[in-house]
Amino acid sequence: MNNVHLRKVGKIYAGGVEALRDIAFDIPDGAFCVLVGPSGCGKSTLLRMVAGLETITSGEISIGDRAVNDLDPSERDIAMVFQNYALYPHMSVYDNMAYGLRNRKTPKPEIEARVQEAARILEIGHLLDRKPRQLSGGQRQRVAMGRAIVRKPRVFLFDEPLSNLDAKLRIQMRVEIKKLQRTLGITSIYVTHDQLEAMTLADMLVVMNKGNIEQVGPPLQLYERPETVFVAGFIGAPPMNLIELPEGGVAGLALENRPVAPVIVGIRPEHFELAPVGTPAPLGISMQITAIEMVGAETYLYGALDGRGREVIVRVAGKAEQQIGERVTAVAERHNLHFFDPATGRRLAVS
Amino acid sequence: MVQRRSLLDIVPHFILALGVIIIAFPVYIAFVASTWDAATISNGQMPLWPGPHFLENYYRTIFIGTAKTTREPVGIMMLNSFVMAMCIAIGKIAISLISAFAVVYFRFPFRMAAFWTIFITLMLPVEVRIYPTYKIVADLRLLDTYAGLTIPLIASATATLLFRQFFMTVPDELVEASRIDGAGPMKFFVDTLVPLSITSVAAMFVIQFIYGWNQYLWPLLITTSDNMQTIVIGIKKMIVTQDALTEWQIAMATAVLAMLPPVIVVVAMQKLFVKGLTETEK
Amino acid sequence: MEKRVTFNGRLLPYMLLAPQLLITLVFFYWPAGQAVWQSFLIEDAFGLSTQFVWFENYQILLSKPDYYRTLAITLTFSALVAFLSLSLALLLAVQADKHIKFASGYKTMLIWPYAVAPAIAGVLWLFMFQPSLGLVSHAIRALGVDWNPVLNPDHAFTLVVMAATWKKIAYNFLFFLAGLQAIPKSVIEASAIDGASPMRRFWTITFPLLSPTTFFLLVVNVVYVFFETFGIIDATTGGGPAKATQTLVYKVYHDGKLGADLGGSAAQSVILMLIVIGLTAIQFRYVEKKVQY
Ligand SMILES: Nc1ncnc2c1ncn2[C@@H]1O[C@H](COP(=O)(O)OP(=O)(O)OP(=O)(O)O)[C@@H](O)[C@H]1O
Ligand SMILES: [Mg+2]
Repeated sequence: MNNVHLRKVGKIYAGGVEALRDIAFDIPDGAFCVLVGPSGCGKSTLLRMVAGLETITSGEISIGDRAVNDLDPSERDIAMVFQNYALYPHMSVYDNMAYGLRNRKTPKPEIEARVQEAARILEIGHLLDRKPRQLSGGQRQRVAMGRAIVRKPRVFLFDEPLSNLDAKLRIQMRVEIKKLQRTLGITSIYVTHDQLEAMTLADMLVVMNKGNIEQVGPPLQLYERPETVFVAGFIGAPPMNLIELPEGGVAGLALENRPVAPVIVGIRPEHFELAPVGTPAPLGISMQITAIEMVGAETYLYGALDGRGREVIVRVAGKAEQQIGERVTAVAERHNLHFFDPATGRRLAVS
Repeated sequence: MVQRRSLLDIVPHFILALGVIIIAFPVYIAFVASTWDAATISNGQMPLWPGPHFLENYYRTIFIGTAKTTREPVGIMMLNSFVMAMCIAIGKIAISLISAFAVVYFRFPFRMAAFWTIFITLMLPVEVRIYPTYKIVADLRLLDTYAGLTIPLIASATATLLFRQFFMTVPDELVEASRIDGAGPMKFFVDTLVPLSITSVAAMFVIQFIYGWNQYLWPLLITTSDNMQTIVIGIKKMIVTQDALTEWQIAMATAVLAMLPPVIVVVAMQKLFVKGLTETEK
Repeated sequence: MEKRVTFNGRLLPYMLLAPQLLITLVFFYWPAGQAVWQSFLIEDAFGLSTQFVWFENYQILLSKPDYYRTLAITLTFSALVAFLSLSLALLLAVQADKHIKFASGYKTMLIWPYAVAPAIAGVLWLFMFQPSLGLVSHAIRALGVDWNPVLNPDHAFTLVVMAATWKKIAYNFLFFLAGLQAIPKSVIEASAIDGASPMRRFWTITFPLLSPTTFFLLVVNVVYVFFETFGIIDATTGGGPAKATQTLVYKVYHDGKLGADLGGSAAQSVILMLIVIGLTAIQFRYVEKKVQY
């Protein structure tokens, strides 16, 4: 069983920077776990601790029920794909893939077979004699993947492997990585700060912020039921509208059964619907359009609430007929509303 | 920029050609002298073109030596120079590579102290510590040996700094990839770091080979026996103040032979040489 | 700058450093220390007893006009060689930097003297200017000058300066050329658009932008004359005639060879060390870049 356990894992760098605090979650065997969060939140640190490239300050990490805290990276049976690929520039593609196997004294025919197999899967068979500098970015990426695959490790680790590729290639490789991981069934941990990449790849999504875990779960669950304001704002594009309601409420926003205490109300742009003024609804807003973004299949209206000028984004399907400066009303259903405690940032159970 | 060609270009061509001629002239004269007989040279009437004694003079120089002064065949001297230059170049590169590796890739007590110890030797050229160093080599019974000739010269702050500078540019991820691939420090050094440093090593080799071949003061002190002489020392001993004894055609053939290997290295490996020189000094 | 990723190892780094450190300690620091120690000692005439005398050796040394003469010769020598070889090299580098045909051929034909040993350079020039049979000597004689570097101190000094300059042009040329090529072409073009004449462009734009290179080369050239011209001098004049071509380093060698005054010789070495340290300190701006700690 190649599951990964993290138990109360903490990291304090030399110099006192606390990069991670009490990280705990389990990745089941064969799952694709994505770590996502803003820059500097500690994703790479956590991944590198699993790899054995950083020491573990506190807590325990185990792979396949074996604690790996004191093991060298080479003893953990993991393989890693780096952001800059870290291919050995002086070795051919073949040797890049074979190097780790040779160091492990794998028999020659076995190495040959595994490299050929990986090359076939990744369609880089014709590149085996080339040096990394003779490859395109996408091809290098494949070689880096190949180097990981040939090892048949317990766990794959990826640190933003696609961020050096152009947008189109990135999407293509994203699909391939997902397919590959499915086929091989190898437990994977994948770091990215691109939430779209995270959503599409993950079986299990871990949202991190400032060295803490905000929420762990399947991507849709995080989308539908964010447990914190941070997750609500981080997952989904464009992000959820988060409007702070003081005790007295705000002008331009009408909410049925408004809680008495101050709350943050969250509503995704795609859950708004334009309606005539005065339509009764659980939530209604009135705003003046300040900007319009047409992306083809849908249109985003940016506006300011009447009262305090808070920005709100409303999505409408297809093309919009509205003009900048126009005043519109939008409504939303009760079950699409999210409430958060402004003090703690946590989700509130409001009926 | 728009270049008004041809007419304006004459000036730089003229200056450069003149420069090339002036630079080359002393060597040309030496070569001409090495192809004439002693009599033609010593009466001061040597022509400006090569004479008929090329083979004879070079044969004598390489295999027999001068009749009156050093009496050692220059072939032996060239061999000594070659051994010295190779030992110095390879030795410097080897010990500097491993020291730079230690300083860059490890953390240990007194790391900076070690670094500065190496660095400060820049301020202690052999010229300022001639006799005490001589005495140590003598005490170690290394006079007139290749070891005495080379070992004291193979410490190198310059090479260590160059390699350190290069190592700093090697991405950290390569170390990490190697560690995941199961390579320890020495395996990383041999399999990855040294192959990556190959251009720096070659550039350093060119510079240090020339440095070693051209050594003068140190071999002058350390070698006394004729068969340990290097060619740069040997030629000086061929030239004596009483002109009568100097066999100029042999001396000049020796000069040409002494210049040949390092000049060939510089011209053949010009790119590496320029890289080595400008990167170590700046 | 420091590496983020390092290896663990307790003994290994020390073992890797050992050869280099051992050699520096035995052949650099120990003799340098010896020199300093000996410079404070005076040996009696028979070498039977030594006495610790603090700075007496230095006092004796610095009270001799002879020493100041050698110092003056070394400084004049440095100034002349630096000026001549830097200006000639700059002139050539500026020409070679122009987009003309054969530029790289010229480059190759100008840099090879770097590879010539100073002693060999000395021998080449000695042969041309040798009083009785030198080709150039004959030409000079024909002009009515009684050329004789063996007997005439000024002639000997001129000879040494020429040989040393000849040898250093290649090095300076190479660095000037690299410096010129590092100047962004757009800056030169801008000044051309501003209507500056080529001469003016050179002195107001190119030359100031080259000043770091020039400064660096100036220090390197002084170091070269102080320490590396030993071979040239020994091969051409042996410091003579009448010590007219004796530099500080040559004097250490020469006095030490006589072997009489150990303390005095050590004091000379120590002063040279201080000069190197001073020159290195001047160069520190450039050294800093290398060290970056
Ligand atoms: N070697 C180190 N020493 C000290 N602090 C470090 C070190 N490496 C990272 N940190 C700090 O730890 C925190 C987490 O860094 P980490 O690299 O894990 O972020 P990340 O989530 O991967 O960010 P990014 O998306 O930008 O890659 C940051 O505040 C960073 O400054
Ligand atoms: Mg990161």
